[in-house]
Amino acid sequence: MNSRNLILVLVGIAALIAAPLGQGNYVIYVLCSWLIFSIAAMGLNLTLGYAGQVSLAQAAFMGIGAYTTALLTMAGVHWIFAAPAAMVLCFVIGLVLGYPALRVQHHFLAFVTLAFSTLTFLVLRNEEWLTGGSLGLVGIMRPKFLGFDTMPQLHFYYFTLAVFVLVALLFWGLVHSPWGRAFKALRENPIRANSLGVDIRRMTLLAFAIGSALGGLAGALAAPLVQFIDPPAFSLMHSLKILLMVVVGGSGYFFGPILGAGLVIVMPEFLRFTEGYYLMIYAAMVLVLMIVCPTGLIGLGRKFASQFKGRSVRGDLKEGAKL
Amino acid sequence: MTAHVRNAADAGASVLSVRNISKAFGGIKAVDDVSFDVNSGEILGLIGPNGSGKSTLFNCILGQLKPDQGEVRVNGQSVAGKRACDLNKLGVGRTFQMLQVFPQMTVLENIILAGQEHQGTMFTRLFGPSDAGLTEEAAKLIDFFRLGHLRDELAGSLSYGQQKLLDAAMAFMAGPSLVLLDEPAGGVNLTMLENLKERLVAFNRERGSTFVVIEHNMDFVMSLCTRILVLAGGRIIAEGTPAEIRSNPEVIEAYLGG
Repeated sequence: MNSRNLILVLVGIAALIAAPLGQGNYVIYVLCSWLIFSIAAMGLNLTLGYAGQVSLAQAAFMGIGAYTTALLTMAGVHWIFAAPAAMVLCFVIGLVLGYPALRVQHHFLAFVTLAFSTLTFLVLRNEEWLTGGSLGLVGIMRPKFLGFDTMPQLHFYYFTLAVFVLVALLFWGLVHSPWGRAFKALRENPIRANSLGVDIRRMTLLAFAIGSALGGLAGALAAPLVQFIDPPAFSLMHSLKILLMVVVGGSGYFFGPILGAGLVIVMPEFLRFTEGYYLMIYAAMVLVLMIVCPTGLIGLGRKFASQFKGRSVRGDLKEGAKL
Repeated sequence: MTAHVRNAADAGASVLSVRNISKAFGGIKAVDDVSFDVNSGEILGLIGPNGSGKSTLFNCILGQLKPDQGEVRVNGQSVAGKRACDLNKLGVGRTFQMLQVFPQMTVLENIILAGQEHQGTMFTRLFGPSDAGLTEEAAKLIDFFRLGHLRDELAGSLSYGQQKLLDAAMAFMAGPSLVLLDEPAGGVNLTMLENLKERLVAFNRERGSTFVVIEHNMDFVMSLCTRILVLAGGRIIAEGTPAEIRSNPEVIEAYLGG
């Protein structure tokens, strides 16, 4: 990361710290949702943007993470243990789902995760003894950390922000490690990568499992945020929404899903004044963006930047590959 | 067809040993009972008219295709059932007929990728340095292939000839004992071709690497290789030094008489 980018990131973090100050509960809630969905979208970005596999179950993994965290914390386990347990569970489920699906290339994982998404929804709705069925789970407590109570909305926001920044740092390290390079190679040319010693089956499986674990973590944060969870919150529609975040933001770019999540979560709020029309306007905007710039918001930003600065195409492309 | 095939007597020096390989597609025998050895340090050329079975043979050697019969050994180990990545770990590098680089990565990253899976463990590749400690070695290889000035450019922005050089360089990064090159000269202009040939020969001399080269460009093959096998109709019809091959009537007939 060069110094200019470092400054941008620090400014971004400062803005995130200042953002909720003086705001009402609802705005802070929307900001929390943004950060949480950013984590889920980052996970899906690893699967989709880096390793090139489509998963349609990211919200289902959020659901598994949320229910695991809710059940454990309601049984008296602290969040700090419940959340990693949720992540490990999602990681293992990712391995079990991905192992047969990824032996066959192409879109097989998409089908398997589509089925898994439905299966998860049915289990959450029908296993009432465990999940509370359609009524869901009520009364999930927000965690306390050595006297820091996350019960007030603002405190919960800073707790979410801390987790988000930690995840983003670890994710940055991951995509810039040799693993990250192997993930990118998988997306660009799996056959060549294999001939250079990259175990493509293992690396694709790991990308999917890690991505799923991040979905689990997002769920582990969503449960105490809303303090109430029910099956529809983790249905296929939400998996598609997370997919949209990744694609709209710019899949394969580090900051893409964060921007995408911002757009998908925050934009409907801005468009609220249009009342009944907001979904239509929103859908039209996404369509136009995808037609004008299939590489998403990040790609669009790069297009503009290169036009204004008149940089050479080569240098500009190079910047893209670094992220 | 009288095939005169000499096998290397000394199996100890054999890097690649192909024994009685046959592969049929339906009724067509693409490769028909082919045996040969490649000795350490050799540059072996594999030539033949289109459809003579060169690529099928290559794919059988590299485990992409399962031969109907016969056995392939690399450094004494059977390649049967090995995946491409396992074979690479055994010390086999390769290039493809079609250009295969990673266009959205820089030249340096392409080369580091080509070596990183041979460094450390899964654990160190996650928590260790991001270049797997390979930047220096990669830079040397890039300089060796005279791509030093393009080190930080995206591979996709290089010219075709430069990408061909990079493609070959990637196959060498892990220090393989055997490299299989599938038409390295295809589509490369004359100047770049001389550069490529000279670099391959230099690499062969300096590091003692063994090459097997499929190529249609006769001048390139004749000046690069130390020994040449000629395939026609799935069988080896001739074998010898470039000079011997050039004057072999069977070879001339296979190429001209079809």
